[in-house]
Amino acid sequence: MNLHEYQARDILRRHGIPIPPGEVADTPEEVRDTAQGLGGKGGGGRVVVKAQVHAGGRGKAGGVKLAKDAAEAGEHAARILGMSIKGLPVRRVLVTPAADIASESYVGIIVDRASQRPVLMVSPAGGVDIEEVAAKSPERIHRQAIDPRYGLLAHQALGLALKLYREMPQARAAADIMQRLYAAFYAVGASLMEINPLVTTPDGTVAALDAKIVVDDNELERHPEIAALRDPSAEAPSEVQARQAGLTFIKLEGSVGCCVNGAGLAMATMDLVKYYGGEPANFLDIGGSSNPQKVVDALRIITADRSVRSILFNIFGGITRCDDVANGIVQATQQFPMNVPLVIRLTGTNEALAIEILTKAGFSALTDMDEAVKQAVAKARAA
Amino acid sequence: MSIFVDEQTRLLVQGITGRDGSFHTRQMIGYGTKVVAGVTPGKGGQVFDGVVPVFDTVADAVRETRANTSVIYVPAAVAASAIFEAADAGIGLIVCITEGIPVLDVTRVLPFLHERGARLIGPNCPGLISPSKSKVGIIPGNICQPGRIGVVSRSGTLTYEIVHQLSTHGMGQSTCIGIGGDPLIGTNFIHCLSAFHADADTDAVVMIGEIGGTDEQQAAEFVQTTMTKPVVGFIAGQTAPPGRRMGHAGAIISGSSGTAAEKMAAFARAGIAVMKRPADVVPLLKERM
Repeated sequence: MNLHEYQARDILRRHGIPIPPGEVADTPEEVRDTAQGLGGKGGGGRVVVKAQVHAGGRGKAGGVKLAKDAAEAGEHAARILGMSIKGLPVRRVLVTPAADIASESYVGIIVDRASQRPVLMVSPAGGVDIEEVAAKSPERIHRQAIDPRYGLLAHQALGLALKLYREMPQARAAADIMQRLYAAFYAVGASLMEINPLVTTPDGTVAALDAKIVVDDNELERHPEIAALRDPSAEAPSEVQARQAGLTFIKLEGSVGCCVNGAGLAMATMDLVKYYGGEPANFLDIGGSSNPQKVVDALRIITADRSVRSILFNIFGGITRCDDVANGIVQATQQFPMNVPLVIRLTGTNEALAIEILTKAGFSALTDMDEAVKQAVAKARAA
Repeated sequence: MSIFVDEQTRLLVQGITGRDGSFHTRQMIGYGTKVVAGVTPGKGGQVFDGVVPVFDTVADAVRETRANTSVIYVPAAVAASAIFEAADAGIGLIVCITEGIPVLDVTRVLPFLHERGARLIGPNCPGLISPSKSKVGIIPGNICQPGRIGVVSRSGTLTYEIVHQLSTHGMGQSTCIGIGGDPLIGTNFIHCLSAFHADADTDAVVMIGEIGGTDEQQAAEFVQTTMTKPVVGFIAGQTAPPGRRMGHAGAIISGSSGTAAEKMAAFARAGIAVMKRPADVVPLLKERM
């Protein structure tokens, strides 16, 4: 789960990381008032208005603006609030005093799959996308794998901090920030934390100007206070609906709706749709255990997508029982109209029973995956 | 022979009295797996289905039954604790079926296992099966047949699909193993490939990968430099959009890395026969063997 910048700033501040003041606002009027109040806190009355959306490249998209005074901040906010960045509507902005910056660097922690450990990364090339730095000048990124049994050790943090700052007081301040960042990482169950940029001001203070946190979805159950930060308006409504129904659903651009059990098979099914000349409309995994209600919910979500021209079921029954899926399909057709053709493939546990249920309800069912995908693609084309 | 599990496997089930644990324990016993013990704290002294003694702790179970392998069906919040407990009791092979374990829990588990020399398969995996010998986990026994093909995969039902194709064409399996769909897992492709490489009863290997991470690319290098047995590979997620988690926590293209195209190219460079679709597995194996 992605957190907004203002939420990430709150978390880091609670862990003792120096963060400049700032407040969120939802309307231009509020932004003006906030800017007025913050004007005295450095920046000579100037403030920055920043769109709060889950998208990178906010600056390039015009979602981050410097204002010389409160009135201009209100004007910027009027434009930013209501704009869309990478398809996501901006509903909230963060207002902060404009900081005079002497240097910008990057500090981040990820869980590295190869070393199977958290890795702290720093770069003196801050304020830009770290992926770009990694691609263009990888020598400017310094890494330290962390043994979770001992945590980030003081000398490791200082070693990296000295790659960013020559002055010892600043290096010590940066090392302290890194250790606090590492503590926060485990405390909230993050899979990524970034301070970008970590800045120094002309008087030598080191502070985190922008923060990004991605929380591991699997941690949300044990961190209800983090789960409560979720912003459903930042997600596609169909995906919110699917999550509430216990389904994994990702909306795509094609016309063949897919309903599959298991993530790997669901991906392979989408790939096969493409292989036979179609385009998948979605990724949908109904999960391992069988439950007719999940199938009903899945069909409700897929049929609500107007670009869907045919629906393909691909079920390999192991723990999932084919008859449960068949019952779900029949129940769904009794509850709402099925305006597009269904192509059903199921094989495995209770396959014969499932085919009997479907045949009685007027459906035909296939047992071969390739044949089913070919038919679903053909039907999507013909529609 | 086979890899990791066989007739010598003496299995302990952690979470044996739970909904999933009890269902799959019956399936494993039905398949012929030697299930020697179960563990559910608070239910020590009971006997599951009249045949499997239940203990409060893994240490008790190991002392009384000489269990050497554990399979875990407990909820995600306590799964890391279950792995720690199994390793501390001296279990050498731990198979964790549970999905949804926080990745940071796994960062703490792995060094603990390493120090004790224990192998973890999973988490978030279907387990493994050496057909007609032992089944540990949830892979349906009826789709497998004994034979000489090794199968290793990051997926569950996609593996069943491909194993089913093998079995219906008379190509039995030495061992089928699902290594799990999470970003951090205990046993990776290379571990399995080198075990298959050393196994006298495996003639060829089917490797089923997916988007996310670089495990397949490293495995391809291993195949190129070390393996002499033919390998056939598949990558799921050719149509997956970047930045989205495709069901499995580990199935995500980060930036431009971890794509299916990049993995398939690595396979091809290493001399692995690349399947374009699951149905290619049998013809490609026949061509290479």
